[in-house]
Amino acid sequence: MTGIALQNVSKRFGDHEVIPGIDLEIGSGELVVFVGPSGCGKSTLLRLIAGLEDISGGQLLIDGRDATRLPPARRGLSMVFQSYALYPHMTVRENIAFPLKMARRDPATIERKVTEAARILNLEQYLDRKPRELSGGQRQRVAIGRAIVREPVAFLFDEPLSNLDAALRASMRVEIAELHRQLRATMIYVTHDQIEAMTLADRIVVLNAGRVEQVGSPLELYREPATLFVAGFIGSPRMNFLNGAEANRYDAATIGVRPEHFSLSKSEGRWQGKVTLAEHLGSDTFVHVDVHGIGTLTVRAPGDLDVRHGDSLWLTPDDACVHRFDAHGKALRPTSQ
Amino acid sequence: MARALDGRQKLAFTLIGWVLALLIFFPILWTVLTSFKTEGEAIAIPPKFLAFDWTLENYVEVWERTDYLRHFRNSAIISLGSSLIGLCVAVPAAWAMAFSPTRHTRSVLMWMLSTKMLPAVGVLVPIYLLFKRFELLDTRTGLIIVLMLSNLPIMVWMLFTYFKEIPRDILEAARMDGASPAHELLHILAPMALPGIASTLLLNVILAWNESFWTLNLTAAGTGPLTAFIASFSAPEGLFYAKLSAASTLAIAPIVILGWLSQKQLVRGLTFGAVK
Repeated sequence: MTGIALQNVSKRFGDHEVIPGIDLEIGSGELVVFVGPSGCGKSTLLRLIAGLEDISGGQLLIDGRDATRLPPARRGLSMVFQSYALYPHMTVRENIAFPLKMARRDPATIERKVTEAARILNLEQYLDRKPRELSGGQRQRVAIGRAIVREPVAFLFDEPLSNLDAALRASMRVEIAELHRQLRATMIYVTHDQIEAMTLADRIVVLNAGRVEQVGSPLELYREPATLFVAGFIGSPRMNFLNGAEANRYDAATIGVRPEHFSLSKSEGRWQGKVTLAEHLGSDTFVHVDVHGIGTLTVRAPGDLDVRHGDSLWLTPDDACVHRFDAHGKALRPTSQ
Repeated sequence: MARALDGRQKLAFTLIGWVLALLIFFPILWTVLTSFKTEGEAIAIPPKFLAFDWTLENYVEVWERTDYLRHFRNSAIISLGSSLIGLCVAVPAAWAMAFSPTRHTRSVLMWMLSTKMLPAVGVLVPIYLLFKRFELLDTRTGLIIVLMLSNLPIMVWMLFTYFKEIPRDILEAARMDGASPAHELLHILAPMALPGIASTLLLNVILAWNESFWTLNLTAAGTGPLTAFIASFSAPEGLFYAKLSAASTLAIAPIVILGWLSQKQLVRGLTFGAVK
């Protein structure tokens, strides 16, 4: 078996248990994204896999070998850091060559591999510059180059795009997806950005307070969130939650309706409310409707919808797309409707 | 600064600055001036500031009576030697404390610093006896060891402060890239902390050069550095201020020149981390 397997891996800092025990298998060539709010343990989990933190309990298998106690360098993994972590006193060429130099590869091989990585990442004309002479996106590409040349068993990305501006983030996201396709390498990618998670991942691992909430493909998580937490975390704008009588009507403690699963009408429907805000994005309009007795619901409507603050609207949820949860926040699978 | 100074305030602060600088520098200036006087003028009352018969005879006599170059060589060997060996110990120590701190790291650092608060004379007798036992009295090796040890806390502290400024990610990246601890130190940490390491070395060379307690108490004629050379002019036969001043000027000149050449580095080093 190739890939990475975590068996009841746990982490404690002193008396504080950060990760209570996680089981997870990551297949060879898969791009798995760890996603969750800050402090959920996703970065710690990545650092445990990398070997930058000691594993407190359980076992880590890389390529079928026990790597629980192996030092970072011998795990065969490469990591790309949020801060790029380039060596500031070395040129781009020396940065990319560093892991090969540490592995005592011969100069000809090093030269060939650095050139190859620079070609893949469009860094050829920057090879003799220092990191400080590069833009954020270029620096991140150098960091990726340094990761590629080792030909690792897997790549670890720790929020690699968080320091970039929005436009660059979107284009680097595409580059990373492209890179994954080219290299067919196993990748573990940590982010708090659910859009990055949805667009990049083969599978997403949603973490909350050190526990795995759900593992699944992006669309599985979107369509069948296993818990309230996942339902609220995946999808933008956020899912609307309703309790009480409205939920009881569906035989649940809480129901969730995504903004895109309402139909709107000016004359009839299930719930009537007043528009408090209409966000016109061009392609879509996000309408915030204050429904008496329920609260504010967010609705995703077509971009040409003409509504204004104070307008009266009727909302009707698409019953086939209503998510039902029990009192513990666990999803109730659809019963006959 | 919260507000700009107007012209008068600027002038006042400039004047205060100059007065303070002159006050601090005056003893050195007076020593240099005295070294060019005759012994009679050196103790004349009222003292003469510039209007005296300038003479080089003190320097000639000092040069002839003693072996300045031997003392200079001793000073250079002892201060450089103790600083370089100290660096070899302090760099790994500061590295460990900066990047793998434990709950006790702060206490260890404080404890190391506290040894600097102990008056050196408090341990003179045991050190003297140890030196005697191991035949280190009046040897350069002995002085290098004792000066290295006594300046080690300052070196570790300075380097610790520099290393703290280096992002942890970069060292972790090196670890992922397969660097051993030795490689990490040599290829990543040392080049990045080079300015800090250089100022630490410089400051310790100066401290060791000027150190006079151990150098005077643990040496005799053979290995005495320049401090012993100065002291030999406050000799039993009475004080000869002009010759003492000439000897002092000769002894401090090299380190003043070194400090002057490297003042930019030194100021940057000493204020490192204080200003972001």
